[in-house]
Amino acid sequence: MADHLGRFTHEFIDVIAGTGRFVRFSAAAIGGIVKGFPQRSVLAPLMMEIGLRSVAVVLATGAFVGMVLAVQTYPQLHKMGAETSSGPIINLAIVAELGPVLAAIMLAGRVGGAMAAELGTMKVTEQIDALSTMGQDPITYLVTPRFLACLVLVPILTIYSDAIGVVGGYIMAVKFFGISDYYYWYQTSQYVEKWDVGIGIWKSFYFGGAIGLICCYKGFQADQGAQGVGQATTKAFVFSFIAILVGNFFLSLFFNTLYSALYVV
Amino acid sequence: MKGFLIRLVDVYKNFNSLRVLNGINIDIRKGETFVIMGESGSGKSVILKHIIGILHPDKGQVLFDAMEIPRLEPLALAKVRQRFGMVFQGSALFDSMTVAENVSFGLHTHTDLGEDKIIGIVKEKLRLVGLTGVENKMPAELSGGMKKRVGIARAIAMNPEVILYDEPTAGLDPIMSDVISELIVRVQKTSQATSVVVTHDLKSAYKIATEIGVLNNGVIIEQGTAQEIQKTKNPFVAQFIHGEARDRIEEMMG
Repeated sequence: MADHLGRFTHEFIDVIAGTGRFVRFSAAAIGGIVKGFPQRSVLAPLMMEIGLRSVAVVLATGAFVGMVLAVQTYPQLHKMGAETSSGPIINLAIVAELGPVLAAIMLAGRVGGAMAAELGTMKVTEQIDALSTMGQDPITYLVTPRFLACLVLVPILTIYSDAIGVVGGYIMAVKFFGISDYYYWYQTSQYVEKWDVGIGIWKSFYFGGAIGLICCYKGFQADQGAQGVGQATTKAFVFSFIAILVGNFFLSLFFNTLYSALYVV
Repeated sequence: MKGFLIRLVDVYKNFNSLRVLNGINIDIRKGETFVIMGESGSGKSVILKHIIGILHPDKGQVLFDAMEIPRLEPLALAKVRQRFGMVFQGSALFDSMTVAENVSFGLHTHTDLGEDKIIGIVKEKLRLVGLTGVENKMPAELSGGMKKRVGIARAIAMNPEVILYDEPTAGLDPIMSDVISELIVRVQKTSQATSVVVTHDLKSAYKIATEIGVLNNGVIIEQGTAQEIQKTKNPFVAQFIHGEARDRIEEMMG
């Protein structure tokens, strides 16, 4: 009993210490924006890699999310004679939830995993130590530009994902299932507000920041060898995934509460 | 104590429950080439990392130019590190940069020199280590010996006062090992820098050292010139420099 308690306490303290280390790391990365805004020569290639090269995969994700939503909602609504309600159901789900969340998860895997692997490799080959010994703060030099790139580009990619998702849902619902074009968009305009689009984009800022910080942190923590880098990459994706899901839940609660406070009489 | 550029005073360091440094005392004068020798895993690289402030001691002092390295604020430490150059065991060249970008990294980060001047310095430092025409190559395209030499060129690009070498001949063939040893001697003569070299390569140590310290069980058990070390009466040092297993195999097998 005492042994179990001791082990549990030890692990609990490890978790607290690890959380503290992550908070300090994140503060240093965000503080790096003020200390020395990244140069264009460093930021531009990162934005190309994170942004431009992710467009295709994000568009594919968004398109299929929109189409499958239509495929799943139409049969149920058709049974009730309410298929014209497909519009708001599909489009609200895309802009407020599935578009931002699934785009973020895709990017956590593609971009986050790559960042963790790159920084993990730099850690185990002492390149990060080399930066320190040359008087360059590794967090400001390596993490701050990646954090900034994710913070700016994930929302932009989310907008692309939302747009193509809406198009995909429209094609399936109207062109394939034959729902009235007029009523599809009329019902959407009645129930999907700018607020809903806005919360999806605000959430994506959080998702982008979380992916950037968590994946860079895990890279910096990589243990020696190929196994260490591999584990760091896996942990980066898993922790980002958890942060996205948990953060999405609490942000959704928050925005719903805020909406009620501001607009519901 | 006056006259010493680098001092480690009663330095202790643990990693979890393992005591790696057990009361290290090292004094290095300006212009010396101090070689730290010892078995693999004895803590030699840990000493280097203390000197440049990557690691902090659990107890004791690490002094550079009378400044306590562990107590320096990050900005002050970054400034002090500009007076150092370090050559890592695996070279630690930045994978995503060309040779020229690697060598000029410190110059771009800490100086306002124009691009033409920087290119001139890069070519000169590469020529000093026997490399020409490799400026646009990526580290992945280089052999082990070439990477080591680019690492040295990068370390000396800012004309540092102190150069730290972590196992500079590790993984190299005997001829290239001697080339690197010769380069270390040449760099020291050209720059008058103080050098601290960690190695278990005896031939290299005897060639480059003005002073040798032998590390065992976390302490320096013997210190002297290459000639003095070779005439040692200490049984461990004698076993080490003659490369004899003796009863070590039994010890390892428990």
